[in-house]
Amino acid sequence: MEAVVDELPVILGAFWLTVKLTVVSGVISLVWGIVLAAMRVSPLPVLRGAGAVYVSVLRNTPLTLIIVFCGLGLGTVMNVQFSRDDLSLNSFWLSIIGLSAYTSAFVCEVVRSGINTVPLGQAEAARAIGLTFLQTLRLVILPQAVRTVIAPLGTLLNALVKNTTVAAAIGVMEAALRMKNLFDAHGDAIIPIFLGFAAGFVVLTLPMNLLAGRLARRLAVVR
Amino acid sequence: MTERGATVLYDVPGPRTRLRNNALTLTFGVVLLLVAYFVWTKFDEKGQWNGELWQPFLRADTWTELILPGLLNTLTAAAVAAVLALLFGAVFGIARLSDHRWVRVPAAVVVEAFRAVPVLMLIFFAQYGGSLAGLVVTEFAAVVFGLTVYNGSVLAEIVRAGILAVPRGQAEAGSAIGLRKNQVMRLILLPQAVTAMMPAIVSQLVVLLKDTALGFVVAYADLLNAGARVVPANYANLIPSVIVIAAVYIAINLALGYLATWLERRSRRSRKVSADPAAAEMAGGEVPLVR
Repeated sequence: MEAVVDELPVILGAFWLTVKLTVVSGVISLVWGIVLAAMRVSPLPVLRGAGAVYVSVLRNTPLTLIIVFCGLGLGTVMNVQFSRDDLSLNSFWLSIIGLSAYTSAFVCEVVRSGINTVPLGQAEAARAIGLTFLQTLRLVILPQAVRTVIAPLGTLLNALVKNTTVAAAIGVMEAALRMKNLFDAHGDAIIPIFLGFAAGFVVLTLPMNLLAGRLARRLAVVR
Repeated sequence: MTERGATVLYDVPGPRTRLRNNALTLTFGVVLLLVAYFVWTKFDEKGQWNGELWQPFLRADTWTELILPGLLNTLTAAAVAAVLALLFGAVFGIARLSDHRWVRVPAAVVVEAFRAVPVLMLIFFAQYGGSLAGLVVTEFAAVVFGLTVYNGSVLAEIVRAGILAVPRGQAEAGSAIGLRKNQVMRLILLPQAVTAMMPAIVSQLVVLLKDTALGFVVAYADLLNAGARVVPANYANLIPSVIVIAAVYIAINLALGYLATWLERRSRRSRKVSADPAAAEMAGGEVPLVR
């Protein structure tokens, strides 16, 4: 137990990195996922095809492989750099590319399923008053679609928090890798350290789930 | 489904829209080609399309010596973890529906706790915790432990949702003809629930298969390890190798995905199942099955 108390600043630092990874890649994948969903329902076959290929490739590839590709492939082989002198900052942004690329495919599918729940009449009414495709999507369909998929988006965010641990594969010192390091440093306190980190994840995900549930109920579209 | 979602949003194009759509198709086609060309030249600058980097994948020994053993390890870990996770899920899913508080509450705590913890942390914990207890924990055992406990907990939720989705009358009718609780569960509820939940179960097994790649982090000799460590160590071709390995993963997962869709269509057609797969699916499942 003392080990957890002694290392508390280190543990909190690791979770702060987890939170940063989650927030940054969460925002990027939400935006990119909605763009992908718009592509997949657009009248242009080129965009529909490109969106469909992107989603089925990214969804069926293990996240670890994507992160390794970003870290070693883009980072080491292709020499993509975000910071010349800070290696940890580099792997931080490379893992964000991986996490966002992967999560956005799931966001796209969730938003698209939400679009399917919007009644036909809504889009027809929008067209009848002369809105274009993008206006229909932006003003009528997406506001209703996103409201209906808040609960599944919450599930995705929850999964994203846990998925940030995969960044450990390219050496980002987030919660899981830090926990392993603390295991090495305090061989006698493995169970307290594990419980501490597990509690950290519960603390991160539990309020999020409650909030998502409440938002989903409050913003539900009454039909 | 896709088609319905797509046609809701726009009318059948008239002559002017068709012209505009053609122009936009051309524009976006050119943009996409430019993006592809940009990526291609960036990789070309680093010599990633050189023949000798891709050559190894045309030789049989690369596959038989380096890649297929990794694939075999991935499939073994996935198969063992899948069987154990299904058992775990069935036991805890049913336990959460028990009439006895002292069974229901601990089962709920276990399921909720393991669902909240990332698989990678469970794998690390298995390694270190196991050696603390004096056990020799191989990488295989650690990976299987992590995958079993996490996916088992998710499957428990799926099983529970499936059982709850069977109409109440089924269980009542079972009790009315004098079946015991365990008979009602075994003979009436479970068979219908499992049929209804099959698509969600299969898609969770796809997640499990994908998650075996986490073994890479603890150096389990799986497919990703073969593609990102072993092959590049021999031929210095990390990017080509990772791309080939990704194609293998995608092929396997797409096949499993089609199996899930086929199972779902079949269970929708079948009149014997009274539980509605769609309703059951909404109630549980880690990543929503999006059709």
